[in-house]
Amino acid sequence: MIQHPAILALTIASLMTGLMLIYAGWYGTWILDKWDLHSGSELQLNLERRTYLISVILSYALLFQIASLFLYIFTADNLHSQFTGAMCAAGSLGVNSFGYPVLILKILNCLLAGVWLIINHVDTRGYDYPLIKAKYGLLNVLVPLVLLEVVFQFVYFFNLKADVITSCCGSLFSTDKHSIAGEIAGLPSGPMQAAFFGIMAATVVCGMVFFLKKRGGYLFAALSALTFLVSSAALVSFICLYFYELPSHHCPFCILQKEYHYIGYALYATLLGGTVSGLGVGVLMPFSTCSSLSGVIPNIQRRLAATTLIMYLLFTLIVVWRMLSTSFTLG
Amino acid sequence: MSTPLNRHSNILDFALSSLLRRKSKNFSLLVVYTLIVFVIASLIFFVQALKREAAQILKEAPDMVVQRMVAGRHDLIPVAYGEQISAIRGVTAVSPRLWGYYYDQVFGANYTLLVPEKNLLEPGSIMIGPGVARNQRIQAGDMLALKTSRNIPLLLTVQDLYPSSSELISSDLIVLSAEDFQTMFNLPAGQVTDLAVTVANPREQVTVAAKIAELFPDTRPILKSEMLRTYDSLFEWRGGMIVVVLAVAVLSFIIFAWDKATGLSAEERKEIGILKSIGWETSDVLLLKFWEGIVVSLTAFLVGVVLAYGHVFFFSAALFEHALKGWSVIYPQFKLTPVIDVYQLTVLFFLTVLPYTAATIIPAWLSATVPPDAAMRS
Repeated sequence: MIQHPAILALTIASLMTGLMLIYAGWYGTWILDKWDLHSGSELQLNLERRTYLISVILSYALLFQIASLFLYIFTADNLHSQFTGAMCAAGSLGVNSFGYPVLILKILNCLLAGVWLIINHVDTRGYDYPLIKAKYGLLNVLVPLVLLEVVFQFVYFFNLKADVITSCCGSLFSTDKHSIAGEIAGLPSGPMQAAFFGIMAATVVCGMVFFLKKRGGYLFAALSALTFLVSSAALVSFICLYFYELPSHHCPFCILQKEYHYIGYALYATLLGGTVSGLGVGVLMPFSTCSSLSGVIPNIQRRLAATTLIMYLLFTLIVVWRMLSTSFTLG
Repeated sequence: MSTPLNRHSNILDFALSSLLRRKSKNFSLLVVYTLIVFVIASLIFFVQALKREAAQILKEAPDMVVQRMVAGRHDLIPVAYGEQISAIRGVTAVSPRLWGYYYDQVFGANYTLLVPEKNLLEPGSIMIGPGVARNQRIQAGDMLALKTSRNIPLLLTVQDLYPSSSELISSDLIVLSAEDFQTMFNLPAGQVTDLAVTVANPREQVTVAAKIAELFPDTRPILKSEMLRTYDSLFEWRGGMIVVVLAVAVLSFIIFAWDKATGLSAEERKEIGILKSIGWETSDVLLLKFWEGIVVSLTAFLVGVVLAYGHVFFFSAALFEHALKGWSVIYPQFKLTPVIDVYQLTVLFFLTVLPYTAATIIPAWLSATVPPDAAMRS
């Protein structure tokens, strides 16, 4: 294990998040099991009080979670000099087989955390805890995933040994390899561009319809999720190439660096923000008939849809701006 | 202004006034908090600055150094090796290097003697680093006497001093001509200390190194990237070790913060009771506690970072230098170039603010869920 302050920081943060979520999950299952709003028993009063605590704990834990995603990528990038052959974060993450699974878990947990915070926000707006079961049901999904991430991250860091020969991002994402990342790089840029702009257009149109006519919420949420997947693949396939102005450098992490004016943060923030809001629209759909939230949910859904539209349009705008402003072309 | 923003600004206003009302309690917390941030920030800044200095110095280092090993020890290398190495495809240049160490018995210090690649100096003249000048109490124009390996004194004139800005690398340096070096150490003919190899394409360095090791099994090629990696891991290891030691301090701070947050005075309980009885909800009180935490954390963080910046870059990290820099008779006196980036600040934030925040959640909830009647009666 490398004794690096950032590794210690990430390990401490993940342990704390893990403990907080175990605590919240424990009371969450209690609430799922024993919750009865019509009862005036001491247990019910106690549980009602606990929901505040769990909300606060999770809000903090999930914010830590989102921050730790970026710190993780940055740390991986910072560590690349310790490994022969690693040129950036892509190389460091490939040092052992846990680097990429941790990253994927972190992204997934960030998305779920965002959705949970949306449900929680809506739930606090109703006087009778209308979404309490859904909220703690989702929590039961989130807790094992976060704990898995804590364990994987620890194993990844624990097995980091400086000097292990690793592939640099050039070879990791090279087209002749059959790893997942290699296949993403192997997706041809022409069809990928068509898929990216096509799915973006479809999502935006669907979002507008939902915003104006309040129809097609589920479709919009599904399209948002699909947009996230396609955009991530497009980032590796062709978007990054325009930023690096190199036809072979598919690394999705280097755009977070100073050399590229930290543009990666804008891209990832808009993509993650848009996806979380889009998913939020779909998750709230079944509760729109709920009596205590009938006036609240449609408004929130409209705001979420608007957020998704703005975020995705910003993302597309940055991509298009770069594609047009650079002299680099993909023949 | 929209209503939610108004709510936050009003609660922040109330949080500030409530913090000021309990000055002494919050001040002691703030002092300890700032101290923790200061110590860890100093450490992170210092390690980062040292890493940068090392990287800057090694920028000028040769791509690869080839040393000969005899019985596992570094030995002199024949110049003839260099001719064969330069024939390897990909090698741009091979230059023999002459350098060594000299122990001065009078002053009890070790000097590094080095012959420059180009003939900069006439025999009999030397250039010295500021550390040597301080140690020997000499300056440009003075004479310096060194004892050769045959115990004959060699008198050398100091032509010039290296500027103090280069002290980190030149402090213990004596640069002399090849002839004087030969007089000093009496090396066998055709042998040098080591060979500096330049390889134009960085991707070929590993292959060239492997070829050299195959051609001359008694040599050891050392790559610049390996040196950089070693320095990086060395500084990070030292920094990490101290963070582990400081973890105890952070832990005590968390216990302290927890204690401060749970130990509500009767007056505070009463205050929360009154707030709740006039219509504040539990979530409002939690928001109040959240803002109090933000104010305390940000103040401690900012003050701690500014103090650490001054400590490291203006006072050369006086508190840590012995633990992190090592020691020597001729120790360079140097000022670190200020480097600070968002990454370091984020790491610092994770190491200090996160534990504090996590420690104060449950106490905040406990105080926010007190039944108003019980709180006021107590």
